[in-house]
Amino acid sequence: MAATGTDLPPARYEFGGDEFIFVELDQEMSLEANFKAMAITGALREQGIDGVIDICPSNASYMIRLDPDRLHPVELVDELRKLELNAGGLADDHTVATRIVDVPILFDDPWTRETLLRFRDNHQDPSGTDLEYAARINGFRGVPELIDSITGAPFIVTMLGFVPGLPFCYQMVPRERQIEVPKYVRPRTDTPERAFGYGGAFSVVYPVRGAGGYQLFGIAPAPVFDLAQTLPDFADHIAFPKPSDILHYRAIDRTEYDRIRAEVEAGTFRYRTAEVEFSPTAFLADPDGFNRNLLEVL
Amino acid sequence: MSEIIVRSGGLYTTVQDIGRDGQYAIGMPPSGALDQYSYRVANLLVGNPDGAAALEATYIGPELEFTDDRRIAITGAEAPARINGEPVALWETLTVRAGDVLSFEMITSGARPYVAVSGGVAVPEYLGSRSTYTLTGIGGFQGRALRTDDRLPLGSPPISGPAPGTSVPAGLRLGLGGVAELRLVVGLCSYRLTPAALESFVDTEWKVTKDADRVGYRLRGGTIDFVDREPPFGAGSDPANVVDLGYPIGSVQIPGGNEPIVLLGDAVTGGGYATVGTVISVDRDRIAQARTGDRVSFTPVDVDAAISARRDRGIRLEKVRAAVS
Repeated sequence: MAATGTDLPPARYEFGGDEFIFVELDQEMSLEANFKAMAITGALREQGIDGVIDICPSNASYMIRLDPDRLHPVELVDELRKLELNAGGLADDHTVATRIVDVPILFDDPWTRETLLRFRDNHQDPSGTDLEYAARINGFRGVPELIDSITGAPFIVTMLGFVPGLPFCYQMVPRERQIEVPKYVRPRTDTPERAFGYGGAFSVVYPVRGAGGYQLFGIAPAPVFDLAQTLPDFADHIAFPKPSDILHYRAIDRTEYDRIRAEVEAGTFRYRTAEVEFSPTAFLADPDGFNRNLLEVL
Repeated sequence: MSEIIVRSGGLYTTVQDIGRDGQYAIGMPPSGALDQYSYRVANLLVGNPDGAAALEATYIGPELEFTDDRRIAITGAEAPARINGEPVALWETLTVRAGDVLSFEMITSGARPYVAVSGGVAVPEYLGSRSTYTLTGIGGFQGRALRTDDRLPLGSPPISGPAPGTSVPAGLRLGLGGVAELRLVVGLCSYRLTPAALESFVDTEWKVTKDADRVGYRLRGGTIDFVDREPPFGAGSDPANVVDLGYPIGSVQIPGGNEPIVLLGDAVTGGGYATVGTVISVDRDRIAQARTGDRVSFTPVDVDAAISARRDRGIRLEKVRAAVS
């Protein structure tokens, strides 16, 4: 994995009480760290160790939930260290069969605007909106330029969590072009369903209404979570996003937002998707060329 | 079919069991009874198999009408209870008949009473569990807290079980009141705290705020300093920020440096605030019985102490089993 020159430090193993093991592959985010988390957790899943309850790959780390009555956490850490040594670099021809998905977003919508204004006391900059704040601290001339940057290159799903079906997405651009924003100083106690947020170097779509600490930039008309499983995209699973999915956020206007909402209400909405082979090596060698080809497929 | 008629749901009463495993990776926490000890003892008192679904109330208990003969037991918080207006004992096997009404008075200590009914609450299983996870409306009774006029289906009562009047010896009931001392395995991202901050975190008696529910408890009482650093790429610039990662149940995060949040059974499963340690599984029973204004403190222990505390709880449960059978 020399393409971006990111060498990972030795992993750090921590006990989360008696039921969890947390393994940090790096304190900073990189696709290399994420691919390694996917590789180790994939290998662990194949081992089928008794007493392992949950295997959760995360952005630059992973977490295991175990039943300490069946498996001592110290024994599991020994196993995980072995997996870390075996999951070295990625082979050049390593590819991931995944899909690219068109995700419409209405930026600066009335619902997240109302919410973010209600929680100004929790924010770094109480005087403006989250979009204005993010544009400023990332050196953009204004909000439109920030939005262009978000919609200009796709994101890869690097983690699911927080609440069921919430995708953490990392933009597939070199580090110097990554957008980065802090999370709220104090998390909000309310966030609209389907809000599009940004925190650290990650974007998310909130599946349900509830707490949240990400900057609020907009709202998606289509759900990422459908408990009733009425929409065809949710026939097999209540959550739509999967790890390694590639999402392309597309800015839409209020008319298109309302049209998609109507389709969702009628149960006819489907995400526009295409099957793709994702080659991490090819991507890391030429991100812009790779992304151009990806978006053409869609 | 036999059922319970909910005359009043109380403040926040949900169906809970031992929890829902295997869904953490998509962001679904286990849910389940927050105070597993009281929940399990309640089931033992009515002769239910381990894992039968019971009711967990919060602060104000429900009013329930029974439609056939059942055994019931109330454990957990000190919640004076009545059947048809007559006071009944807690931590004891009770009988009810068709038309009997169970009601509660104000809780005097603790936060969450548990009500087990012989046969268990027989709502449909969702992904292997009957636990309610209200944040996304999953499991339990229609994915939500109980309301007036709900009708809860019941399973077939066990053929045998503890006789009415069987009670749990005082020494095997949950200890309530005082400062809840929570044992904590320090770690995860505790390197983000200065040594003095970690010491101060442990020395502080924290107060439970009103933001305390099944997702987590927000505490107040001190200020915690983070180590200054150039934020790692992807984390965000706030000192409490890390690259988003998985949150263990019981883990403690300190957004802003002054409001520790302890995550419980309906936890958010990941996020970008630095976590500094994890309350051991056994002591989640204790914090579940803490209420707004109560005080809690943290005592560092290692993972072996956490496992031995877990073994001790198992032994206590076996003693209860022996005492009631």
